[in-house]
Amino acid sequence: MGITVPQINFSIIAPELIISAFALVVLLLGVFFPRTGKNDYLGYVSLVGIVVAFLYTFPIMGKSQYAFNNMIVADGFGVFFKVIFLIIAFLTVLISIGYARRVDIDFGEYYALIMFATLGMMLMAAGTSLITIFLGLETMSIAIYVLAGLMRGDRKSIESALKYFLLGAFATGFLLYGMALIYGSTGTIILEEIAAYIKSKPELLRSPMIIMGIALLTIGFGFKVATVPFHMWTPDVYEGAPTSITAFMATGVKAAGFAGFIRVFFSALGAFQPDWIAIMWLLAVATMTVGNVVAIAQTNIKRMLAYSSIAHAGYILVAFVAGNELGTASILFYLLVYAFMNIGAFTVVILLGKRGEENVLISDYAGIGFKYPLLGASMTIFMLSMAGIPPLGGFMGKFYIFSAAVKAEYYWLAVIGVLNSAISVYYYLRVTVFMYFREPEREITGLTFSPASVVAVIISVWGVLYMGIFPSDILALAQRSITGLL
Amino acid sequence: MLYGYFAILVYILIALGFAGFVILASHVVGQRKSTATKLSPYECGMPTIGPTLRRLPIRYYIIAMLFLVFDIEIVFIYPWAVIYRSFKGFGFFILGEMLVFVGILIIAYIYVWRKGALEWE
Amino acid sequence: MIIPTVPPSCYLVLGAILFTIGVIGALTRRNAIVVFMCIELMLNAVNVSFITLSRFLNSPHGVMFVFFVMAVAAAEAAVGLAIFVQLYRTRETINVDEINLMKW
Repeated sequence: MGITVPQINFSIIAPELIISAFALVVLLLGVFFPRTGKNDYLGYVSLVGIVVAFLYTFPIMGKSQYAFNNMIVADGFGVFFKVIFLIIAFLTVLISIGYARRVDIDFGEYYALIMFATLGMMLMAAGTSLITIFLGLETMSIAIYVLAGLMRGDRKSIESALKYFLLGAFATGFLLYGMALIYGSTGTIILEEIAAYIKSKPELLRSPMIIMGIALLTIGFGFKVATVPFHMWTPDVYEGAPTSITAFMATGVKAAGFAGFIRVFFSALGAFQPDWIAIMWLLAVATMTVGNVVAIAQTNIKRMLAYSSIAHAGYILVAFVAGNELGTASILFYLLVYAFMNIGAFTVVILLGKRGEENVLISDYAGIGFKYPLLGASMTIFMLSMAGIPPLGGFMGKFYIFSAAVKAEYYWLAVIGVLNSAISVYYYLRVTVFMYFREPEREITGLTFSPASVVAVIISVWGVLYMGIFPSDILALAQRSITGLL
Repeated sequence: MLYGYFAILVYILIALGFAGFVILASHVVGQRKSTATKLSPYECGMPTIGPTLRRLPIRYYIIAMLFLVFDIEIVFIYPWAVIYRSFKGFGFFILGEMLVFVGILIIAYIYVWRKGALEWE
Repeated sequence: MIIPTVPPSCYLVLGAILFTIGVIGALTRRNAIVVFMCIELMLNAVNVSFITLSRFLNSPHGVMFVFFVMAVAAAEAAVGLAIFVQLYRTRETINVDEINLMKW
């Protein structure tokens, strides 16, 4: 085993380095200059860090550079996901600035952990070896376990942290064992070398060891992106966690899970596509259907959005099954538009609460549409976009996904997807109906809108409208990003 | 191949035989006098007063937690120390990398210290 | 004296058995700490497999992976301990059956 100095290229991990540096600074600021109840400045420092990291994604755009012994890459796919994660982190910090103070979790740790989780997500998207992907996944997950349980006095928050922690660690075990079996069958952990090795030895295609490994990987990633039947933790964790963190989990963790999923399955295990496609088909149908049907019965809006996020994972799996160029590009497109509409919806949920009174039941939304017209209109836009009504971004996302499925000749899958989308209209519109056509049972008064959260709503509305009306630019960008991946 | 295990078998037999011999010998040779104290569940110590499962201060858990996290970092320092000499000409670079690693640990240590987790009240 | 060699498949089987014990334990036990211990057993079963494969394939990657798994497992244990302590403070129990404020 000869020792060589790996090729070092810090510029391609510049966004990650900047995010970690700012996270450490915020962590130390939080303990050296604590200002009880006035810690908003930490949020602004974090925003600066995220923006600087975002600026450093421009130099690495459009190139495909490997570094650190091929363990990490700056390619279009990774950079596109990095941009998604940074947008999500930016919006999450924005909506946290008033909310974290309201629920007494505005310490330095809160913002630092959000940035550490973002770092993990970016590593996952950029990683081209099993180690980097595993480390990214765990950096993200451990930070999120803590964030979910940060409201220390709140019994639901601790319970959600416990459930997420135990099930997440359990899933990690499966993922790791899958990685061990794939490493054992191919003798390498670099994704492209795995693909090359499988190509050179066609008899591996029938090796039980590697097929078992793929099955275990599917379980591990399935937990992270919340596909049925590995979704049981989702509603409980989303309900109990602080709302800003729920928004972060529903968008960021899901996007990162899919980034790792796509990277491993397409660039390393592409040769096995005929094998895993049948399983993914079943997972996609089960995930969409269970998510949408159970969401109808929910009375708590956070739980409803949790089941809706399961359903959205199902739509994305449809594109995953399609597996063609349009399918993969539409996953990137959908994850971006989903980030805007979901964070936007959770921001409205946050804005309608106040200290000691979170107002998370759907019946609390009665009459909101006339009392707070702009807020009601924004919520309507987010709900219609998630239901897939033109001309909003969610519609274009679903349109691309289902056309990819049709193009790949999965007609039944597309039909089931469209039917599910129709079911989902019912429970999304129910929120709107409550907002405009129900008399409020009790008055919600004394809401104070944090300016930062209002900015987040405006950005989200803009994102949903822009991606709905001018989708071709973003789709073209997504299509350019995935060249070389398939 | 099985021949190699023969030594282990002999070893196990000797160990079992010796243990059995000692127990048997003390049973045969030794004298037995029962007293009330000897028949009580534990021969040494005192009768317990109050519940035996006492709550431990939370501090122990915090120290255990911190120890666990900082202790495991040695796993990255050992391989570094082993290969350090084989990197001729890159010495400063490799040293600098370890300084960054330890520096991050020191930041974590400062955080823990400022947070008051090291105080024992 | 000849030292007999144990074929690597034995270690892989050992890893598989430990992993299965861990999975069954994690699914059936009720004490959150015991559940977590079973999960740690799963991770260590993976470590056994990685080291065996690394030695068998004569590649250093498996051992590298084990270092990171160990560090990650320690970090998880620290977070887990904190969650269990916090849970006991608010609920006076760490039995996973009694932790059911939220159900669908």
